[in-house]
Amino acid sequence: MLVLDIVSSILLMTGIFFGFSGAVGLFRFPDFFTRVHAASITDSIAVILIIAGLLLQTSFDLNTAKLMFILMFLMITSPTASHALAKSARHGGLLTLGESKQQQKQQKEQMQQQEAGQ
Amino acid sequence: MAVLIDLVLLSMLAITALRVIFLKDLFAVVMLFGIYSLLSALIFVNLDAVDVAFTEAAVGAGISTVLMLSTLALTGRTEKENKRSSVLPLLVVIATGAALIYGTLDMPPFGAADNPIHQHVAPRYIEESPKEVGLPNLVTSVLASYRGFDTFGETVVVFSAMVGVLSLLGAARRRENSDDAAVIVAGFKGHKVLRVVAKLIIPLIILFALYVQFHGDFGPGGGFQAGVIAAAAFILYALVFSLSHAMQVVSPKFLQLLASLGVLLYASVGIYSMLKGGHFLDYNKLAADPLVGQHFGILIIELGVGIAVFAVMLSIFYAFAHQVERSTIK
Repeated sequence: MLVLDIVSSILLMTGIFFGFSGAVGLFRFPDFFTRVHAASITDSIAVILIIAGLLLQTSFDLNTAKLMFILMFLMITSPTASHALAKSARHGGLLTLGESKQQQKQQKEQMQQQEAGQ
Repeated sequence: MAVLIDLVLLSMLAITALRVIFLKDLFAVVMLFGIYSLLSALIFVNLDAVDVAFTEAAVGAGISTVLMLSTLALTGRTEKENKRSSVLPLLVVIATGAALIYGTLDMPPFGAADNPIHQHVAPRYIEESPKEVGLPNLVTSVLASYRGFDTFGETVVVFSAMVGVLSLLGAARRRENSDDAAVIVAGFKGHKVLRVVAKLIIPLIILFALYVQFHGDFGPGGGFQAGVIAAAAFILYALVFSLSHAMQVVSPKFLQLLASLGVLLYASVGIYSMLKGGHFLDYNKLAADPLVGQHFGILIIELGVGIAVFAVMLSIFYAFAHQVERSTIK
C-alpha cells in the first residue's frame, strides 16, 4: 500500500506542477495564442497526472470507474474547448505575434515610402 | 484544512464579485459570473452540500452563462456610461449593510451544535426519514417528500419564468424556409472538430442526465439538475448545428406542451393522493405500503420536475436564440 501511496503522491505533485506552470504561462506569455497554448497543453497533462494519482488512492470500485469517465470526458472536451477558442479568435481576425509584427513593419515601410514620395 | 480551503475560496469569490462591479466589458462580466458560480459550487462541496453544489454548477455556471451570452448578443457587449452621481445609492447600500450586520449580532454563534436551526426539524429529518421515506439520499427525501409543497412551488415558478420570457420575447417558431438560417451557420461550417466532438458527446450528456434523474434517490442529483443537463445537450446541438436543426429535433411547440406536462404530472400526484383519501402530495396513500408509496411519489414528481425544467430551459434558450437570428438577418 505504501508504494501505491508514494507513486500516487508523486503523480499528484507533478500534476500540480504542470497545472501551476500553465497558470504562470497564462499570465506571462505575450499574446493570446501563446497563452491558450500554455494553458491547454499543461491542462491536459495535469488532468491525466492528477486523475491517475487519485485512481491509485481508490480501492478499485465504483469510484475508479467514475474517475475514468471524468478523465475520458476531460480528455475530449478540454482540447476541444481550447481549439474552439483559438479558432474563433482566428476567425475574428486576431493575428499571431509574428504576423502582427510583420504587419507593423509593412505599415512602417509604407509610411516611409509615402514620406519619400512627398 | 477545510477552513483554509474555505477562506481561499471565499476570498476568490470576493475578488470575482469586485471585478464584476468594476468591469465595463459585459462579455468578461458574464464569464466572471460563471467563475463565481463555480466557486460557490466548490464552497458547497466543502460544506458537504453536494446536491446544492451540483445545482449551482449546472444552473449557475452552465445554463445561465449561455442565457446571459445570448442576451448580450441582443444588447451589445459594453456597459453604458452612468452619468448620475452614485452618492445616494452608496449611502443606501451602506445603511442596509450596517443594518444587516447589526442584525447578525443577535444570531447564535456560527456552527454551534445547539443552534435553533439544528434543533428545529433537522433531527427529525435525520432520525425519522429512513423509516418514513426510506431513501438513502436525505436531501431528496426532504426536497421531494417533506418539502414537496415548496418544490411544487419552485416548479411552478420555473414554469411561470418560461411564460414570462415567451410573452416578452415572443415564442420561437420553426421556419419553413431555412435559407437565411444557413447564412448564420456558415461561420460554424468550418468547425469540423467541434462538430465531431459534439456528435460524440451529446448522447453521453443525455445519458448522464438520465442517470442523474433516476439516481437522485440514492446519490446527489434529481429533477432540477437532470433537466438542466439534458437542456444543455440540446443547446450544444443548437449552437454547433444551427437553431433550425435543433428545432427540427424538438420543436418549440412541443417544448411548451412538455413544460405544462411536467408541472401537471407533479400536481396530478397530489390530486391522486387526495382522491386516495390523503392530503395533497401525501405519498403514503399511493400504494398499499407507505414506503413503496413514498418511492413512487418521489420518482414521479422528480420526473415531473425534470421534464418541466428541461422544457423551460430549452424554450427560453430558443426564444433568445430566435431573437438573435432575427436581429442579425435584418
